[in-house]
Amino acid sequence: MATTLEAPKTPAPKTNRLGLQAVDYRGAKTTLCAGCGHNAISERIIDAMYEMGVKPERVLKLSGIGCSSKSPTYFLGRAHGFNSVHGRMPSVATGALLANSSMLGIGVSGDGDTASIGLGQFAHLMRRNLPLIYIIEDNGVYGLTKGQFSATADVGSKLKTGVINELPAINTCAMAVDLGATFVGRSFSGDKKQLLSMLKAAIAHNGTVMLDVISPCVTFNDHEGSTKSYKYVQEHEDSIGEVGFVPFFDDISVDYDPGTTYDVQMHDGSHLKLRKLHEGYDPTNRIGAVKALMEAEERGEILTGVFYIDAKRPSFIDSLNLAPEPLATLPQDRVRPPRRVLDEIMQAHL
Amino acid sequence: MATGEVALGKPAGAAAESLAASQPSTTKKVVNDFSIQVATVNGSGSQSANSVLLKSIFSMGIPVSGKNLFPSNIAGLPTWYTIRASKHGYVARKKEIDVLVAMNPETGREDMLSLPAGSAAIYDQSLNLKQYRQDVTSYPVPFDQLTAAVCPEAKLRKLVKNMVYVGVVAQLIGIDLQSAETSVRRQFARKPKAADLNWNAVKAGYEYAAQSLVKADPFFLEPMQATEGKIIIDGNSAAALGAMFAGVTVVTWYPITPSSSVVENLIGYLRKYRVDQDGKATFAVVQAEDELAAVGMVLGAGWAGARSMTATSGPGISLMAEFVGLGYYAELPGVIFDIQRVGPSTGMPTRTMQGDLLSVAYLSHGDTKHVFLLPASVEECYQFAIEAFDLAEQLQTPVFVLSDLDLGMNNWMSKPFEYPTKPINRGKVLTKEDLDRLGGFARYKDVDGDAIPYRTLPGTDHPRAAYFTRGSGHNEKGLYTERADEYQEVMERLARKFDTARGMVPAPELVQNGKSKVGLIAFGSSDFAVRESRDQLKKEHGLETDYLRLRAFPFSREVLEFVAAHDRIYVIEQNRDAQMLSLLKLDLPVKELSKLRSVRYFGGMPLDARTVTDGLVLQEGI
Ligand SMILES: Cc1ncc(C[n+]2csc(CCOP(=O)(O)OP(=O)(O)O)c2C)c(N)n1
Ligand code: SF4
Ligand SMILES: [Mg+2]
Repeated sequence: MATTLEAPKTPAPKTNRLGLQAVDYRGAKTTLCAGCGHNAISERIIDAMYEMGVKPERVLKLSGIGCSSKSPTYFLGRAHGFNSVHGRMPSVATGALLANSSMLGIGVSGDGDTASIGLGQFAHLMRRNLPLIYIIEDNGVYGLTKGQFSATADVGSKLKTGVINELPAINTCAMAVDLGATFVGRSFSGDKKQLLSMLKAAIAHNGTVMLDVISPCVTFNDHEGSTKSYKYVQEHEDSIGEVGFVPFFDDISVDYDPGTTYDVQMHDGSHLKLRKLHEGYDPTNRIGAVKALMEAEERGEILTGVFYIDAKRPSFIDSLNLAPEPLATLPQDRVRPPRRVLDEIMQAHL
Repeated sequence: MATGEVALGKPAGAAAESLAASQPSTTKKVVNDFSIQVATVNGSGSQSANSVLLKSIFSMGIPVSGKNLFPSNIAGLPTWYTIRASKHGYVARKKEIDVLVAMNPETGREDMLSLPAGSAAIYDQSLNLKQYRQDVTSYPVPFDQLTAAVCPEAKLRKLVKNMVYVGVVAQLIGIDLQSAETSVRRQFARKPKAADLNWNAVKAGYEYAAQSLVKADPFFLEPMQATEGKIIIDGNSAAALGAMFAGVTVVTWYPITPSSSVVENLIGYLRKYRVDQDGKATFAVVQAEDELAAVGMVLGAGWAGARSMTATSGPGISLMAEFVGLGYYAELPGVIFDIQRVGPSTGMPTRTMQGDLLSVAYLSHGDTKHVFLLPASVEECYQFAIEAFDLAEQLQTPVFVLSDLDLGMNNWMSKPFEYPTKPINRGKVLTKEDLDRLGGFARYKDVDGDAIPYRTLPGTDHPRAAYFTRGSGHNEKGLYTERADEYQEVMERLARKFDTARGMVPAPELVQNGKSKVGLIAFGSSDFAVRESRDQLKKEHGLETDYLRLRAFPFSREVLEFVAAHDRIYVIEQNRDAQMLSLLKLDLPVKELSKLRSVRYFGGMPLDARTVTDGLVLQEGI
């Protein structure tokens, strides 16, 4: 294993613990609008995978349909990708990860893709706790179909055309906690540090990670009156805590004051360190998580941070008690029972 | 349904009916060639009794078939079970009922009125059904008294009563007691106490009939040797077995009649035979949130390299449309069992039909077409399940198996299934070593001239292994495109791939003598009725017919040759709109089209030979 700690004397290219460079994690050139929040998220995914030393060939990238769902093309070009149908990425991801549970799955969705057409599949994905990093690139509108409201638009939010949203927003984070996701957080595409830490922790988690990332649509929803604009989010963001993440292979300890941090040991031995900003916030308490989310909504604030984490509940794959090798490539003698089994069954039907 | 002459008798007084059978004129003895219909109330537990009847006849060596004609209801509505014994081996439904067992007070009158003259009826004496028909042999039986005598526990009497009719029927038609006892003991193999109770009930019915009823109908069973070594199984269990031996690893479903038992049986088999010694499963089963998710999981799993399947029926097929188009265009393997039932919409969920042909053939928007297989027996449900997995991976596309309720949920005689002789064929998959040698690959390129491209599986440890799968426009490298030439190139290859499939799917079965001018084309569960109808046409009308049984879509060359070789072609199918005829029309040269005629039935009951014969005779003008 290559070490990242020694300072290179010659300007040899920087590599991660696998000896891979950051460029090895890039994808195709983006075709999204310049300044689109989705692009920033792709960059953070690249950084997180690189820093965590994940081999790109071990990743499955999946998405539904939308501007957001296009983004898997723009990161990790060496990973198999699947741009599926609108709102149905969870089922494709479920099938793929059952076929090969040794892969790291990352799914990118939009707020339309998740909270409207895909709400049913979203709910059941959370409930199953499939090991998948599920990211909502949340801009409050349907970007790809040119700016109609989505179901995460806040009440009173205004479209460029002047149309005002009258319906309450679906709180995808509160829903995810309620439905059984075991890692739920919200971040902002413009908050490099927080988003990167969250993504790194997400990679270490074994279960469904649901990250709602506010990601302004500069073309259709970044104006005065939009509650998903860069300006509004910067002004109304309230973080419940700073997110620090120490991978299990990293021996540098982060100097958090133990009295003010919440330390969660992850499945693989990593540590998620959450600095408490909100008095007494306990990220392992589901009720507290939903309460904090609801209260922030009342106050008109956008709460960010890791709201809920359960590092113990078995994942969907664990609960199915699957053979350790990928089902996809089990040899014939493992999947076709011998002749005597057929004989036995035929005998029973004589 | 009534074919017999209906003779309404004067209602007799309650006490007027004698215990002995009334007796219309006795005709010639009919041996091993008649049908029994049991009319009961859904949920009354008659299934075991009917199964005992069926298996007893089977173990006497007589070819037999059983059909459950049940309502979409859990308990309370009328339900019928028909058993047909046929020394000729005809196993299609017989339209006429010869022996009725009327246990349902609500339908008793109607059941009685629908009988042909000369048939026999066994019924609870309180129903007094004799009043409706003088031309039917009547056997009134005091079921409640007989049941009470053998079953002290009042709660169980409703169930045990069914076994009493088994005994009565057995005595009257000549099922030997030995066969009956063996069947009862097998039915309750795990519950010896229940076995004793039920056996006593059979004996009570048998003894009552022997002492108090006088045999006056012509229907008799006599032992034969025609079922030796044969099995009895339903099509859905057979399909499940095929899937297991095909090496399925990811199974998804959303319950729907009549497909649920495919997966329910499969789960049973997998738990028993596909768990490693350390308790680890070599399969995953997911009950999905709906059919969209079920098929999405199938395609995701197929993409990642698993042998994946789901089972559904018409409403589920409709929901799967968008995803199946993705499967076609992005070239993803997966197997979808469609156990057809009566549509449109919810239709008649517990009745049978061949009504999904057109919607499956072209499921989804844009230019799409799909491979489907058409099993016509339980043995083919098993074989085609195995075949479907190989085809799906070889062709890299969703493959459908179109069974139906009649085939899937009813019990059929069959020779035992054969262990697969061919090894599992996983199609064109490039490994790390292949990529080392080739340096890279283009996902949607026709390398071999058969229009089937190569794929890699996620997780292949090579930096050039990855490609991007999408339902949006793509070129042969899998890259996004909106260019006309690149888009068309892929679409044209897909059309050629479909032509390749013609030579890979199961070829039709042909029965021809080379002289006949009339050809019949049929498929699936219609086969039983069509075979019998061909004999009827020959015997009753001197009409010799050739027969082609379709076994898959797209059609192979033999179909065109068969049509070309005949003057008139009758396409026999179970739907209103002649769906198979439409598919044939799209495929055949224009000069052949005027030969095509249609015989259709779409009432939801399993097809019977008489309906086919009548339809053909009318059009032939003979
Ligand atoms: C079945 C179906 N209906 C409608 C569409 C059209 N459509 C494409 S993207 C989209 C909305 C995307 O919104 P969102 O998920 O928020 O993604 P964004 O573009 O905002 O990133 C819609 C309605 C579609 N592709 N498929
Ligand atoms: S339209 Fe909006 S969401 Fe789509 S790419 Fe442009 S900025 Fe991003
Ligand atoms: Mg959006």
